[in-house]
Amino acid sequence: MTVELGAFALALALALSLAQTVLGLIGGRRPTLAGAGEGAAIGAFLGVAVAFAALLTAFITSDFSVANVASNSHTAKPLLYKLAGTWGSHEGSMLLWCLILTGYGAAVAGFGKGLPAGLKSRALGVQGLLGVLFLAYTVLASNPLARLASPPIEGRSLNPLLQDPALAFHPPFLYLGYVGFSVVFSFAVAALIEGRVDAAWARWVRPWTLAAWSFLTIGIALGSFWAYYELGWGGWWFWDPVENASFMPWLIGAALLHSAIVTEKRGALSGWTLFLALAAFTFSMLGAFLVRSGVLTSVHAFAVDPTRGVLLLSILGVSSGAAFALFAWRSPALAPGGVFAPASRESLIVLNNILLTAATGAVLFGTLYPLIYEAFAGAPITVGPPYFNLVFGVLMGLAMLILPFGPLTAWKRGNVVDSAAQLRLAGAIAVLVGFLIFALMSPRKALASGGVALGAWVIAGAASEIVQRTRAFKAPWPEVRRRLTGLPRGSWGMTLAHAGLGLFILGACFETSWKVEAAEALSIGGQVRLGAFELTLKSVGTVDGPNYIAERGQLTVTRGGKPVCAPAPERRFYPAGKQSTSEVALCNLGFSQVYTVLGERRAAVGGGPAWLVRAYYNPWVQLIYLGPLLMALGGLLSLSDRRLRFAVGSKP
Amino acid sequence: MRPLLVVLTALMLMAGAASDPSERLQDPAQEARARTLFAQIRCLVCQNESIDDSDAELAGDLRKVVREQITAGRSDGEVKAFLTDRYGEFVLLKPRFSPANAVLWLGPFLAALAGLALLASRFRRREPTPALSGEEESRLAALLDDETA
Repeated sequence: MTVELGAFALALALALSLAQTVLGLIGGRRPTLAGAGEGAAIGAFLGVAVAFAALLTAFITSDFSVANVASNSHTAKPLLYKLAGTWGSHEGSMLLWCLILTGYGAAVAGFGKGLPAGLKSRALGVQGLLGVLFLAYTVLASNPLARLASPPIEGRSLNPLLQDPALAFHPPFLYLGYVGFSVVFSFAVAALIEGRVDAAWARWVRPWTLAAWSFLTIGIALGSFWAYYELGWGGWWFWDPVENASFMPWLIGAALLHSAIVTEKRGALSGWTLFLALAAFTFSMLGAFLVRSGVLTSVHAFAVDPTRGVLLLSILGVSSGAAFALFAWRSPALAPGGVFAPASRESLIVLNNILLTAATGAVLFGTLYPLIYEAFAGAPITVGPPYFNLVFGVLMGLAMLILPFGPLTAWKRGNVVDSAAQLRLAGAIAVLVGFLIFALMSPRKALASGGVALGAWVIAGAASEIVQRTRAFKAPWPEVRRRLTGLPRGSWGMTLAHAGLGLFILGACFETSWKVEAAEALSIGGQVRLGAFELTLKSVGTVDGPNYIAERGQLTVTRGGKPVCAPAPERRFYPAGKQSTSEVALCNLGFSQVYTVLGERRAAVGGGPAWLVRAYYNPWVQLIYLGPLLMALGGLLSLSDRRLRFAVGSKP
Repeated sequence: MRPLLVVLTALMLMAGAASDPSERLQDPAQEARARTLFAQIRCLVCQNESIDDSDAELAGDLRKVVREQITAGRSDGEVKAFLTDRYGEFVLLKPRFSPANAVLWLGPFLAALAGLALLASRFRRREPTPALSGEEESRLAALLDDETA
């Protein structure tokens, strides 16, 4: 009954979205209808929420008469993973997509009190249109609440690799990010319809961009963290098409965050900001298409279904095609913005945008190139991590070089020589760090040392900016304190995000360049050397889990005979799906980690049993996650800035 | 309806397979060279994985081939040529820089240069309003004085 109620609510939400579209778009000119459009937006969200709750209930109660539950859940699964199963499948995740899409629409309707009536109504109309497209797709082509004629007694369970806390929360954050860009998209289309883009428009768009980008940062980091400890060899980024699909909206979102500042503060770049606003959600939709259509081979794709791919491509084509056509038609008429000198913060932000966009282009092109090449040359080709690391690395390296100059250079007309003088100390620190790393780390790696120097440069640059703004080490302490507390949260947010990026670079360089690996078949009591550490296999026992059985190895890690930690990696077997996984055990040593894996059992030389034990020493690996976390925190901190609160700026 | 994430099972095979001690070469320098090469060679039957990561049987066979070639004294380039002769460019994770691939390698940089050119043309087209000259400054100051007076 709940399930039918949910299906009905979903259909109702589709109808309400249609009403929202019509009322919203007409309401732009007839304010009497705008209120009804807002009501429809909230109603559509409630409808999808009821449908989502119905699916959630079906998963919690293991109602296997629902096809989606039967193929993705199991009675023995822990509650968290039953819940996560709701968005673990293609159908369920599309419902989550719709829930968030209508949720953002309802948020604009509910919180956008200060927005000009026309812009708000039209934006809601466009958001409603996106809702219609995606809800129609969900209702007609991927119904998550379809019943089975003959329900099975037991479900087919969720892939055990996905039964993990980080991955349970990965899709909701990712989608809050992806779909968050839909609001920015709708605002951009509404502005194009009105033919006016100004500083106020940029100020309304920026909080939504910040929110979406911060959530996307967390979502990507969670996914990467999951890959790191779940796949059993410590890889955290593979340049796989699906990862690239999530990374492209992130890069465009980062560019948009910066260009929107220029439009807001200086009224310049409005056309470009609009373009990025349309591009961000276009990349989100492209990602949804790539992941679900199977046009590209990926290590982690949803069950492939070409019809769904065609439908999603149509949605992408219709909405983005129309939006970009509108852009081509209306943008030449936009008022040219404020002028700025070649040496100014505007110019530096434009440089940042050029590099971020070119980097996005590299990721897009590298991802799609095998398709293009095969169509023209007839032979398959592979574009793998070495390509991305090189091209993306060079472009981003340049962006990192200029990054610290941005916040220190004045708007409109700045002086790069002054900024450089202010960054003297940061530059000296970076060079010193680079040389020290080059001299001290073994093996000696010039490129990686340069990368570390770049990370140090970004961090020291972020710190210099705070020092300059507070006149620290120059003015007396009370004045510095007054200035420190007077700094707006947006400014702290920026510093935090930039420093987070620097930390990430440090972590990424250390982890990839100075990782140590050891693998040996060990009998009980056997020992293997891992860099400065010794690993000993003490014992192996069996463990009964809730829905798995496991072999657990007890290891000790020592350094020069002194105990460091005692990790206990497992090798699990899930009878429901007849799958086995390895559960790694990690020891934290500062920012570094010892990563241990218990592999298969094999015969030792003497005839007794032995286990393949693999271990990695991952120096500074935690910075790879701490960095993005700081970036997301920085984004959310900026969001909490009073000046940026949703639509506050519209008050006269 | 198909079960979810069919391909995900492939992931479970990703287990740093190349580190298996039973495969290892005696000479650490040769082994290190082999590992560097593995990371650049695609496991042909897998989804975008290198033979360094993949546990698939074919990846194991390719690792064996590469290790044998290295023991036989072949250079890295010779080993790669050996593989591309048999499996085509598909086997390389890093596409070669060839006329056909020039657009792949240069495209992003050309895009960045085009962006720079656009920015530069913007400055040439519209010079920002020049700063006030000394004379104008003093006139402005005089006007402001009038206001306050």
